[in-house]
Amino acid sequence: MTMTRGLGWEDARIPEQARLADGHPGARLDAIWEGEAGVRGWFSTVDHKVIGIRYIVTAFVFLVLGGLEALVMRVQLAGPDRHLLTPEAYNQLFTMHGLTMIFLYASPVLTGFSNYLWPLLLGSRDMAFPRLNAFSYWVYIASGLFLYSGFVVGHGPNDGWFNYVPFAQRAYSPGVNIDIYALGLILLGISTTAGAANFVVTFLRTRAPGMSINRVPIMVWGTLTASVANLLAVPSVSLAFFLLWLDRQFGTHFYDGSGGQPLLWQHLFWLFGHPWVYAIVLPAMGMVSDALPVFCRRPLVGYTAVALGTVGTMALGFGVWVHHMFATGIPNLGLALFSGASLVITIPSAVAVFAWTATLWTGRPVVTTAFLFFASMIILFVIGGVSGVMTASAAVDWQLTDTYFVVAHIHYVLIGINVFPVVGAIYYWFPKMTGRLLDERLGQWNFWVMFVGFNAGFLPMHTLGLLGMPRRIYAYPAGMGWDTQNLIVSLGSGMFAVGVLLLLVNVVVSLRRGRVAGADPWGAPTLEWSTPSPPPVYNFAVIPIVASRHPLWEDALDESDGRSRLTDGLLLDHGRETIGTSPLDGEPDLILELPGDSLAPVTLSGGMALLGIGATYRLWWLAAIGAGTIVVALADWYWPRRSHIGADMAIAHA
Amino acid sequence: MPDTLVLDRPLPIAEARYNSTAWLGVLCLIATEGSLFAYLLFSYAYAVAQHGADFLPTLRPSFAYSLPGSVVLVSSSFVAMWGERGIRADRRGQALVGLGGAAAMGALFVVLELLEWRSESFTLSSRAYGSFFFTITGFHMAHVVVGVACLTAVTAWSALGYFGPRRHAHVANAVTYWHFVDVVWVFVFTAFYLAPYIA
Repeated sequence: MTMTRGLGWEDARIPEQARLADGHPGARLDAIWEGEAGVRGWFSTVDHKVIGIRYIVTAFVFLVLGGLEALVMRVQLAGPDRHLLTPEAYNQLFTMHGLTMIFLYASPVLTGFSNYLWPLLLGSRDMAFPRLNAFSYWVYIASGLFLYSGFVVGHGPNDGWFNYVPFAQRAYSPGVNIDIYALGLILLGISTTAGAANFVVTFLRTRAPGMSINRVPIMVWGTLTASVANLLAVPSVSLAFFLLWLDRQFGTHFYDGSGGQPLLWQHLFWLFGHPWVYAIVLPAMGMVSDALPVFCRRPLVGYTAVALGTVGTMALGFGVWVHHMFATGIPNLGLALFSGASLVITIPSAVAVFAWTATLWTGRPVVTTAFLFFASMIILFVIGGVSGVMTASAAVDWQLTDTYFVVAHIHYVLIGINVFPVVGAIYYWFPKMTGRLLDERLGQWNFWVMFVGFNAGFLPMHTLGLLGMPRRIYAYPAGMGWDTQNLIVSLGSGMFAVGVLLLLVNVVVSLRRGRVAGADPWGAPTLEWSTPSPPPVYNFAVIPIVASRHPLWEDALDESDGRSRLTDGLLLDHGRETIGTSPLDGEPDLILELPGDSLAPVTLSGGMALLGIGATYRLWWLAAIGAGTIVVALADWYWPRRSHIGADMAIAHA
Repeated sequence: MPDTLVLDRPLPIAEARYNSTAWLGVLCLIATEGSLFAYLLFSYAYAVAQHGADFLPTLRPSFAYSLPGSVVLVSSSFVAMWGERGIRADRRGQALVGLGGAAAMGALFVVLELLEWRSESFTLSSRAYGSFFFTITGFHMAHVVVGVACLTAVTAWSALGYFGPRRHAHVANAVTYWHFVDVVWVFVFTAFYLAPYIA
């Protein structure tokens, strides 16, 4: 398909090419790309690197909050019959812990890494929609503050993170607690959806020339897959919460027995919830697939299989939601179908494990802190995977459901396949983000304390579950045979927390005193390491031309005759520009103009937050102000720019 | 993967219409909004399946407003398409009549739907069927209102001369979204107005 058909010359130009050695074109690009300074610039920036780091930092703040909530619960459960917390306080704590970790940490932290890395991995100057990127961050932080606002004043959500009806109905939970959860998650869903659309279009359109789809890093496959899934799955949970809010506030009957159906909640929630599980691990698995081979000094074994396994896992992930509902009395045919699907999904999801093991086996491992986090994640993945596939059997699930066994499983999956890769990714990409390396000595302590603490804290939960300890209990009597193991669990989780603290200490110390990294401290193969550390605001002074999957390893690997061009490429300096390429082959077919800094995203987010607050407390005038702000911000956002049209006509004619 | 990359041919700068990233963004929006309506209609079908025929009101739905509304809404898609062709062919009059006309037809649909709402014997909270009916048709109506606002905006911007044969991504985006809103109605109409007669 030719994109130039029907277009006159004045709307087109041949992109100029430049060589970095001929005089660095950075000064002109600096002038074009530099954002505003000061407070206004802080709110108006659309730089994906700034937004990515903000996402990561914010997600870590929530990780620490969620961790502190868990520690308070573990103090309560360290021995039998302890009553530090009232049942109501405990309910709010475990609910906030769950929703914080799953919604406010696990997904946003990966979004942060993908935001920071994608344009650098793809050889582009920004995401496809820079303003939408800023918007998704602002809505995320608004929803996080909103969700915590109730908890701070003692009205936090208190029905567990999956918020089952009928307990979540107004008759049983009359306070504002559940309303805050409902509207907060709808806000967060808007953020996730906006981010997902941005990743999908960025993938389709902004890869460097020559970067065909079989040359993108696996992490891009992971985030792309998660993003497509989010587009399709998030509406389910947003709808579930919206219908619940209607039930609570306007007397509708979606979830009550008089014509509605309480199980509808569980269907809608898990229709979203299970794809979401994969959405918060696949990008992290992708980071391991890209970074672990760097420390094995060889390419990943089985690139194509891993990419297809990623997509295949997600596709099957839409067909297993009922395994969360095996104990609800659904028909046997349903049990058989979803049990079978849950067993089958181990096949694509295990592909990566074999690929990583083979990469380790055939490589020459360099044992850095990052390597330890990535390699140990394989073990944790296997433990979490096995405990998962055990509960795919309906009979086993009936025995184990709602016990600590399931708590152990979810933590092995989420800490093992999300937190460990994320911490490894911090050690790996911190030099790119800041220009300085994290301290390796402290890093080794960081790893071993976290690893031992985690396993001491969570491995005994399996046996506690087998011994019948139910989840979500605020206290337990003595003499159940649970005391010793609970004490070990509490001590282990405390040790794990110390490990996380060591990471934070390392970050603070190394920001000031870390060794200067240089562009490529690890000898890595992908495009982000061809830029300075930290990269300039426009990322690439010239857009590189890609000839293989490992542009920086071509001489060492000598896989093909072609060589990528990293120091001469497309200049594109007539404004904030990057190259648009065809979705499959990465052939250049468009010059993309990217928008500059804007206050519209933060204004739009503020309007949405006002609308949410107004709806929660039934302050309809406030909701109206919010709606008005949304309309104004959108009009500003989409208003076509006449001057802009004239400007590029003039350039084309010059 | 092509053997050689052609880097020295002129590339379009303008995001003219369907090659724009914004249009791909609209497709993503449609994917996620389409999913939303799929989940809405799934919920309705699930409730009907769980409760059987008792779930539906004894009075079958009336076509008095819904049929004219459907005709108006579906035909407005073609009017919008004709207006978009006006922009592409640099016939501003056709563009204004087509895009503005589609917006007006959308507004007429909303009026007919509101009259339909007034004539119902049930309310949002009187029974579960009413909850589903008003919520799902309400969700759709909200999308119609947004679509009318978008069509009105691109009509006004066309009148102000912002768009031409080369640059009209905004128009393509609004019209694509409008087609989506109309297609969703076909499903909603089938579920609530036609299906009870088949059952």
